[in-house]
Amino acid sequence: MRSEILLIIIGMAVVTYSTRVGSLVLFRFTGIPSWLEVWLKHVPTAILTALIIPALILPKGAIDLSLNNHYLLAGLTTGLTAFLSRNVLASIGLGLLVMLSLRWFGF
Amino acid sequence: MNVAQQLQETDRNKLSKDFWNAVTDSLPIMLGVVPFGITYGVMGIAIGLTLWEILLMSLLVFAGAAQFVTISMLGAGITSFGVIVFTTLLVNLRHLIMGASLAPRMIKEPMWLQGILTFGLTDEAYVLVINKIQKSGYSVSYHLGATLALYVVWAAATLVGATFTNYIPDPLEWGLDFAIPATFLVMLIPRLKDFVSCIVFFVAALVSIAGVLYLPGKWYIILACIIASVIGGLIERNGNNAQ
Repeated sequence: MRSEILLIIIGMAVVTYSTRVGSLVLFRFTGIPSWLEVWLKHVPTAILTALIIPALILPKGAIDLSLNNHYLLAGLTTGLTAFLSRNVLASIGLGLLVMLSLRWFGF
Repeated sequence: MNVAQQLQETDRNKLSKDFWNAVTDSLPIMLGVVPFGITYGVMGIAIGLTLWEILLMSLLVFAGAAQFVTISMLGAGITSFGVIVFTTLLVNLRHLIMGASLAPRMIKEPMWLQGILTFGLTDEAYVLVINKIQKSGYSVSYHLGATLALYVVWAAATLVGATFTNYIPDPLEWGLDFAIPATFLVMLIPRLKDFVSCIVFFVAALVSIAGVLYLPGKWYIILACIIASVIGGLIERNGNNAQ
């Protein structure tokens, strides 16, 4: 293993870990401020949305609302199924089925 | 011993059940993670890294997006330690928010467990854990199960990609990567049951779209999260004041 690559990997590991452990270390000293808790309450919904919506609407980095956007069509299938049935496997399964059919068979 | 302590008493069955539930719950996400891990391994070999360098990065860094960015930079001839490490920091800054979000639950756990769990704080692990919190409350063994499962699968997929490079046609063209947003979507929908959550959703959606278009890297997640959750908090506080 080359030492310069090893060094880069170690550097990456250190900064990545610091972002992950940072908030906990800080809160250990300060406690969790009460004003922050109101804000933190909505973080999960906001992060989920920010992880999902761009993946479905801009899968290649540009807005694509056309029928050629397989991620959007499959995402609508999953979303609608989840809304109507609350069934996890059916929702993911149907979405994947749409995705793979479009991808492999081109319907 | 008070009641709270008795409730905290180790119930091995429940711990192990939570652990394996986490592994089961992470299966659909793994379906989407595997093609990314394989692609990362294939790309690593393609730009001239060795199998051990590629695998070590997955084992020590364990951050898919940052690893992809690093491979792309190395492939483009950018080998500066400072540039790569700083970029990694920027790409992973979003984990500060996820760490803050889970901190109220994790902070009571033993230090060594917090050490392990924060090491494995990926987007996917975070999402699995907040989903579990919403359904039935935080469980540290669930958190550990999700973390370990994702860690093992990420390393294994990396290894497969870097080993069988020549036999694998572009895994991200398979369409399986859709399993990740699909799983997240199934977890998001039950959260949108009140007015404030819907507002948070719409704001986060608009800001993240604008962010992908106009901001570099993963800033769209950070910006969307901060703006949407602050607005959600403000609406809620005003609503409470009005009552």
